[in-house]
This record gives sequence, C-alpha cells and structure tokens, in this order.
Amino acid sequence: MNWLKYSSPQTFYPLAGKMVPWFLASAAVLGAIGLYIAFFAAPTDFQQGEAYRIIFIHVPAAWMSMLIYMVMAFWAGIGLAFNTRLSSMMAHALAPTGALMTFIALWTGSFWGRPTWGTWWVWDARLTSELILFFLYLGYLSLKSAIDDPRRADKASAVLALVGAINVPIIYFSVKWWNTLHQGSSVSFSRAPSMASIMLAGMLVMVFAFWAYCIAAALMRVRCEILERERGAAWLRNLEGN
Amino acid sequence: MAGWTGTAGGAVMARDLLVAARRRSDVLTTFFFFVIVVSLFPLGVGPEPDTLREIAPGVVWVAALLASMLSLARMFGGDHADGALEQLVLAPQPLTLLVLSKIVAHWLTTGLPLVIVAPLLGLQFDLPGEALRTLVLTLLLGTPALSLIGAVGAALTLGVRGGGALTSLLVLPLYVPVLVFGAGAVTASAGGMETGGHFSLLIAMSLATLVFAPWAVAVALKISLE
Repeated sequence: MNWLKYSSPQTFYPLAGKMVPWFLASAAVLGAIGLYIAFFAAPTDFQQGEAYRIIFIHVPAAWMSMLIYMVMAFWAGIGLAFNTRLSSMMAHALAPTGALMTFIALWTGSFWGRPTWGTWWVWDARLTSELILFFLYLGYLSLKSAIDDPRRADKASAVLALVGAINVPIIYFSVKWWNTLHQGSSVSFSRAPSMASIMLAGMLVMVFAFWAYCIAAALMRVRCEILERERGAAWLRNLEGN
Repeated sequence: MAGWTGTAGGAVMARDLLVAARRRSDVLTTFFFFVIVVSLFPLGVGPEPDTLREIAPGVVWVAALLASMLSLARMFGGDHADGALEQLVLAPQPLTLLVLSKIVAHWLTTGLPLVIVAPLLGLQFDLPGEALRTLVLTLLLGTPALSLIGAVGAALTLGVRGGGALTSLLVLPLYVPVLVFGAGAVTASAGGMETGGHFSLLIAMSLATLVFAPWAVAVALKISLE
C-alpha cells in the first residue's frame, strides 16, 4: 500500500472524515468502560481513600500531553524538511489538544494533591516540568496565530516546536536536579507500591480512550484546517458539488 | 577562504558594536533595567539580611534573564527594518557565522555589562565573597547561552504582531535550565557546597547552544525573509 497517497490534503480529507467517527466511537465506549471501572469496579485505596480515583483521568492526560508534543514536533519537522503542507497542518491540529491535555493534567493533579498532600501545588519536578511544557504549548500556539502568512507560520512554528522538543528532556532533568537539591517539599511521590490489577486495567482502558479522543480531535481539526487553507482549490469545489 | 569568512564575521560584529556605541542609550537602558529590578526586591521582600542572602541568587539571575530578553528585539530589529538583514542573508559567507557574530556583539553589549555589575548587586544582598565570585562566573558562562537561545526567539518573531511579549513567551521557558544551574551554583556556593556539577552543566549548555542556536537562527531568519 502506498502510504504517501494520503500525504496530500485532497486525499487525506475524505480519509480523515471516514476515520473520525470510528475514533470518536471508540473514545466514547472505552471512556464509558474506563469510568465504570474507575468509579464502581476499582476498590477504594486504603491509603488515599476515594481521592486516588482522579488518577484515571490524570495519568492518561499527563501521558498524552508529553506524547502529543513529540508527535507535533515530529510532524513539524517533516513539514519543515520536506515542505509538505499536510504535515504542518497536522502539527497545528495537534497543538490545541496537547495544550488541553497538559492543562487537564495540571488541574487534576492539583485536585489530587489537595486531599492527598494537603496542598494544591508543590514545586515537584514533574509538576514543574509539566507547567513549563504548558508554557511551551502556549508559545507555539501564540507564534502560530501571530503570523498571518500560513506558510511562514508553518515554518516558524516548526522551528520552535523542534527547539522545544530538544529542550523538553533538558528541562525535565534540570528541574528534577533542582528539586532534589532544594528538598523544599518533603512530599513523597511514591504511590502504593503495587497497584491492584483492576486499577491498572481501568487506567489502561482510560489511556486508550484518551488516545482515541486525541486522534479524533486532531483529525477533526486538521479537516477544518484543510478546508480553511484549500478554500480556493478545485477539488474542494468538486467535493461540494457531490 | 577561512580568513575571508572570519573577516566578514568580524566586520559584522564591529559594525554592531559601532551601532551600539552610537546609540548608547539602548545599551544603558538594559543595564539600568537590570540594576533597578534587582534593587526593587529588598523593597518588596524586606531588608532582613538572612532573607536577602537566600533570595539573592534567584533574584539576580531572574533579573538577568529579563534584561537579556528585553534587549532581544534590538538584535535583528533594526537590520530587518532597514534591509541590512537581507544583505546578510544574501552574502556569500555562511549565514550561521554572520549570525554568530551578531550574537557575540549582542552579548558584549548586554550580557557582559550585567556580569560586570553583578558583584555590586550581590553586595547589596550581603552575599559572602565566595558566592559573589560564583555569581560572576555563572553569569559569565550562562549569559552567552541566554543571548544564543534568545536569538532564536528574536529571529522567529521578526516583524510579527506583538513581537516583544511574544518573544518572552517563546524564550522564557527555554531559559529554565540555564536559570536552574546558574542560580543553583550560587546557592550551593553560599551554602558551602560543591559547585563543580553546576558549572559543568552550565558550560555544557552554553556549548550546546553555541553549536545549535546559530543554525536555528539562520533557518528562522530565512523563513522570516521569505
């Protein structure tokens, strides 16, 4: 199968349209199963009580927030190297979802921290680097929207995404080191040593639900982006005619 | 050939330094911004020497980040406005080298003054002698990295709406590692701890940005001139 066939907006637009309902449906089904496990099937944690249940949202969101940045940087890099329009559109389409996931991870983490640690926020390495990741997303989004010419916006934001992607691990390790040196908060991050298998199952189902949701959201957004950018193209007019 | 490109880079640098010397107020504004921001903290936090000693590394370093960020618009802005930047991009010499000369000139006019005045500000915060020396050394090693990283942001936001605020949004998160190790070394030194690790990482970061940043700036400049 020739994968490059779908690298043009013209062929990708209908394909994405066909894929969106499937991913949306699996996100809904998996989300329902995962939330059922999270709220009814999983037992109450003997240390953290009911508050631990927020990790069923928190962990998938945190995972997606980092993964999406890398995927976004990958597509941005491809777009910059091969000058493919669709790759840049894909990178743009992923960014808002990534920022949303980062925000959800921070927000739910704060909700979890309040009953568990007794504080809304600690300057822990993971929290701090997640916050900086959020800032990187904001920088990417604002640079993209500040430039009117779409081709220039594509390339400039691609350079920024790549610089950010190189920096994400450096920031993570520097913040981690900073945190271990300061020892300001004595909050221990170690959760219950072994997670009950039903909890693990619930978390995995939720992770897949988040994957499906993020893919569906990105595909829907890339379709809008294609419509916006290709509004003068002949193939779109033909599509409307049908 | 190598000598010729060296001359071109040197010429760009000499020109930028001359421009800075003719417009002294630009350089002095950044310098005094740094001094004023640092001096405001005791007024806000209170004059307790113990507190001041504790916050001094962070305050001086954060002020250095802000000062070097404020001056970024000047790095390519003037050349972009009068068309000199296009001539640089069209020049037969490698753009990365010319860009590096511009960054060095920028550091000499904004980074170096901060390094020189830092011990004076450290004294205001009652930093002990050893920590003062560390502060100067970390700024000396770290501010070039700030100019290099900042140049990427400056090049990306060239001629873009809301340039200044946008640059800060792009650049400040990327400054985090430099801040962590720079201020961390001073804190460690004030606490009588070993600072070798901090210095190694700070130097590593400056060298890594020295290799990658000019290249990224050259790409960004070409994009902005398309």
